[in-house]
Formats: sequence, C-alpha cells, structure tokens
Amino acid sequence: MKTRKKNSKKRLIAAAIFLLALHLAILLAGFVAPYEPAVQNRDFPYVPPTRIHFIDARGHLHLRPFIYQAVARADSLYEYTEARDQEFPVRFFVSGSKYKIAGWMPSHTHLFGVNAPAQVFLAGTDNYGRDQFSRILYGGQISLAAGLLATTVSLLLGLCLGCISGFYAGWIDESAMRLAELFLVLPWLYVLLAVRAFLPLHISPSQTFLLLVAVIGTIGWARPARLVRGIVLSARSRKYVTASRGFGASDAYILRRHVLPHTYGTLLTQAALLVPQYVIAEVTLSFFGLGLSEPKPSWGNLLANLQQYNVLVSYWWMFAPALALVLVSLGYLTVANAFHQQLQSGSI
Amino acid sequence: MMPSMTSGVKSPIRYLERRAIHALLLLLGASLLSFLFSSLAPGSFFDEMKLNPQISPETVAALRAQYGLDQPLPVRYVRWVKSVFRGEWGYSFAYNQPVRSLLMVRARNTLLLTTLAMALAWLIAVPIGVWIASRRGRWDDQLASASTSLLLSVPELVLALGLLYLVIRTHALPVGGMVSTGFDRLGSWEKVRDLAAHLIVPVTTLVLASLPILIRHVRASMMEVLQAPFIQAARGHGIGRSRLLFCYALPAAANPLISLFGLSVAGLLSGSLLVEVITGWPGLGPLLLEACFSRDIYVVIGVVMASTMFMILGSLLADVMLLVADPRIRTDHA
Repeated sequence: MKTRKKNSKKRLIAAAIFLLALHLAILLAGFVAPYEPAVQNRDFPYVPPTRIHFIDARGHLHLRPFIYQAVARADSLYEYTEARDQEFPVRFFVSGSKYKIAGWMPSHTHLFGVNAPAQVFLAGTDNYGRDQFSRILYGGQISLAAGLLATTVSLLLGLCLGCISGFYAGWIDESAMRLAELFLVLPWLYVLLAVRAFLPLHISPSQTFLLLVAVIGTIGWARPARLVRGIVLSARSRKYVTASRGFGASDAYILRRHVLPHTYGTLLTQAALLVPQYVIAEVTLSFFGLGLSEPKPSWGNLLANLQQYNVLVSYWWMFAPALALVLVSLGYLTVANAFHQQLQSGSI
Repeated sequence: MMPSMTSGVKSPIRYLERRAIHALLLLLGASLLSFLFSSLAPGSFFDEMKLNPQISPETVAALRAQYGLDQPLPVRYVRWVKSVFRGEWGYSFAYNQPVRSLLMVRARNTLLLTTLAMALAWLIAVPIGVWIASRRGRWDDQLASASTSLLLSVPELVLALGLLYLVIRTHALPVGGMVSTGFDRLGSWEKVRDLAAHLIVPVTTLVLASLPILIRHVRASMMEVLQAPFIQAARGHGIGRSRLLFCYALPAAANPLISLFGLSVAGLLSGSLLVEVITGWPGLGPLLLEACFSRDIYVVIGVVMASTMFMILGSLLADVMLLVADPRIRTDHA
C-alpha cells in the first residue's frame, strides 16, 4: 500500500511538471513557435515534417543539428525532396517575426529557427503552407483557454448551487437536484450541439469563444454540484458546525470557515477531470465547424482538415494536433487519478 | 410470512411504475429545456431567405406565421406537444415533412450501431475486468491499468480518425456510409456482409472508447467482492478459480455494474454522434449537425428528444435487470 501511495505521488509530480511545461509552451507560443500562425507559403503546401540531421551527406558528424531545405519535386504535385547541397544549422534564440510575449511584451526572439531561405517545419505544413507546429501552439492557446475557463464556469456554478442546495435543503435542494439529474441524464454532445444550434452562427471570433465557454461550462454544472452538495450535507451536521452556530456564527461564516474547505479536494479532482473533457468539447465543436473558424487556429479546426479524404489518406502529419490533444488529456487524467487516490487516503 | 410475500409480488411493479413516471418526467423536462434554449435563438430558418432579394419580406413573414414561429414560446410548446401526440414531432423546414418520418430511419441506424457497440464492449470488458481483479497488482493487472489510462486519454474523435486512416491505407474495408452502392441488387447474405463491413470502423471506435471505463468499473467492483468472507469460504471449499470468479463473485459484483450500464448509454450516444459524422453513418448525428447549420429547430429538438429517449430506455432496462439480479430491491419498500 505504501509503495502504491509513493508511486501515485511520483506520478502526480511527473504529470504536473509535464503539464506545466506544456501550458508554458502554449502560453509563450510566440516565443516557442518559429513562425506566425497565419503566415502562408503558397509554394509549399503539405510539406512533410522537416527532418533534423546530425550527419551530413559526406558522413561528417555535426554537433549542431541541421536541416536541408525542402524543394518541390518537378514531376509530381505536393511532393518534396531535400536539397542536400547546403546545410542549414538549427539556431537557438534567433530573431524573427514580431510578436507579444503572453500578449503584452513585444519581442522578436524565437526559441529556434534556421536562416533564410530554408524553413523548419517541425510538424509539416497545411494546404496554404502554414507551419503546423506554430499553429498547434497558437491553437492550443484557444483550446486550452476554452477548457480552463469553461471548467471554472462549471465549478463555480456547481459550487454555488451545491452549497445552497446542501446547506439550505428543502424545496431548493429538491428542485436543484432534479434539474441536475436532468442535465446528467442528457447525452452531453447532443445537448451541446443543440444549444449551439440555437445560438447565432456568424459572429466575431472573440464572441464565439466566449459563447463556447459559456455553453460548455453551463452544461457541465450538474456533477460538481451533486458532489459538493453531498460534502456540504455531511459537513453541515458536524458537531463543530453546531457549536459555531451556538456561538452565533452566520450562515455565510459557517459556509466559508467550516464547510467550504471540505470541498477543495473534490473540486480539484473534478477540475482535473473536466479540463480535458472541455478541451475535447471545444475541439469537437470547432471540428464540426460550429466553433472557432479559420483563420484563427484551434485544435478543432486544425483537425477539421482531416475531414477531407485526400488529406486524411496522404498527409499523416495533419494528425499532429491530435497528438497534442492526447498529451493534454493524458496529463490531466493522470493528475486527476493521483488526486483521487490521495483524496481517498485522506491526505488532501 | 404472508404480508411479505404479497409485497414481494407487488413492489417490483410499483418500483417499475415509479421508474417509468420518473422517465416521463425526465422527457418532459428535456423537452421544456430544449424549447427554452430554442427561444434564445436570435435567428431562424427563414432568416437566410431574407437575404435573398427575390423573396419579399411579406413572404418570409407569411411563412413564419404559417409555421407558427411568430407565436410566443408557450403557444409553440403546446402546439409541439399536440403534434407529438399526433405522431408528427413538429415539422422540418428544410425537408418539408414531419420530423418523425426523418427521425425513424436515423434512430434505427443509431440504435443498431450503439446496441452492437454496447454489447461487444460489455462482452469484452467483463472477462478482462474480472481477470485483472483476481490478479491484483501482478504484471497483467498493471499492463491493463496502463493501457486503460492510455486509451482513456485518446478522444473518440482521434480514435475514429485514426481507425479511418488505417482502414483507408490498407484498403481493408469499405469506408463511408452504411452500405455500398448497388446494395439493393445484392443477395440477402451479401447484404449482411456488406453491412457488417461498414459497421466495423464505427463499432470498433465506440468499443475502444467505452472499454477503459467499463474495465475499470468491473475491476473495482470485483475487487470489493473478492475481499468478502464468503469468497474466502468458497475458496476454502476448494471451488475452482474460474468458477469462483464468474459464478460466485461476479453476480455479487453485478449491482453497481448494472447501474453503470444505464449511465453509460449517455456517453455512448455522445460518442456515437461523433463517430457517425466522421464515418458518414446515416444516424442521428449527421441529421443533428445538418439541422444545426440550417437552424431547423424542430429537427434539433426531435433529435435531442430521441437521444434522451434512448438514454431513458437504457436506464429503464438497467432497472429491470437490477430487479432480476438483486432480490433486495424486489422486497424493498423504499
């Protein structure tokens, strides 16, 4: 048992570090991405991921990795070879296009890059020759932010309704829980699409984003609300609550001081479970074309390229956003699992 | 003895009655909720027409009046409920026909896909879950838990696209839709084969997506039972391992699993929507998506109601199974 607990703690730390790095990379997309997400290279559609070399054509080992420039083959469309005659070393902290670090500090230093005319496409390019790696990073900003914000909305709603319902009981509790049951029973994707169907289709990207967050977050309030209600219900009948009531404590004080702290562990676990679910929800909507649309990248509309048969079959690197999605869910679910185990062993 | 006997006969019916009323209330709630959301809609199907200079605003207004869209929400709701009782389920603007006729075929296809996926998923999950519960902490348990966590973090969207990629690359199976062209000319045996070939990708996706959760739950509830004294006793009597697991422990662990069966229908339906759209399976999913784009509100409401009904049917089925499996519920008055 003890080793199991230790293992779970180790796993928690590893997953947390991994998630932190991932979020940081996405937050600092401008710095990590070598190019701007909207820059098109019309001459280079569907370039496969650039290979990083260490050994050149003459068999010499280079300590600094280098790439070859991609050139279109003359005989066929959308096929490329490497121009082996000139090596382009991968340079770090190069200056390139202007961007703002995390949205406010202007800068033009990028983590890595190569000298012109070569270009490095770590995850290949799309139909307009846009660098997919950069687009995945920038798209992650939207997808992750949507997931995180929607989770906040859900948890806040769940916390409020759960507290009220558990603390005051009676008809409020009864009606809130019936409503929660209704929300739990409905297949979420159907509801999500239906609600989206009733909202305007053609609005500005920022409006769409807020709308998505609101819709996704609102639909998921039921589960956290029920969990919180259960905890509040059991905390309410503790002796120290009765005691503090006897000392004249107000409801608000009791809730804040004696009841809420019990919910933190559960809320944390729920958050770790909900974030990947909501990221996937945003991705799904954008994939269907009901979320954010081009040219703003999101993991959903990046994946939507795969709806075209020829893209799905011929350009495997268009699956790269899916990998990012899987990594994010894996990270969060591992954290959620570890939280859950710690919660059960009573250390949160 | 006598009173408990009579209540033992009466209460399962009352139990089912209560569950059925509950289900009806849920349906009512779902329809109210959909209508409430639909009233948030700023535009309607006919707004696109307004952009067309050849259609006069009066025509659009007349059409709106004809379909009752100019009425207040309660009136629209009552009209809709009436049309449900007439068996029409509202009227589709885009298809120009009652919603029910649209829904029936699509619902049948979705039902085929989901029941098949569900049955397969449980058939696979139960033996695996039971087995790894009995091997707690050994290599196969750890392998299973690692692979379920990995599978859990692959969303259905990615699973479906990945499978589709594999199938197309290997040319192993026909892709897209439910049947091949020229289906009508095939013999009945070939028809079944063709349908089965089209079913493989969507069903596999759904099974893979629902497996990890099912396996985990089977394992967890088996673990609890395996620690019970009666299992020790049975082992002491020299009952064989597989007989012990499947004939003694599994029935005792079945209760939470049956409840899970009812709950898992919702997740399966959501997954099915996605898979249907991606693989072109003509179920409720593509219909809903089309209706979303054309703002065909009664079709949207109809699809949501149909999916809710599946959901409720699933949980009613679970209730019946619980009744059969657990004698405690049969005699319980609560």
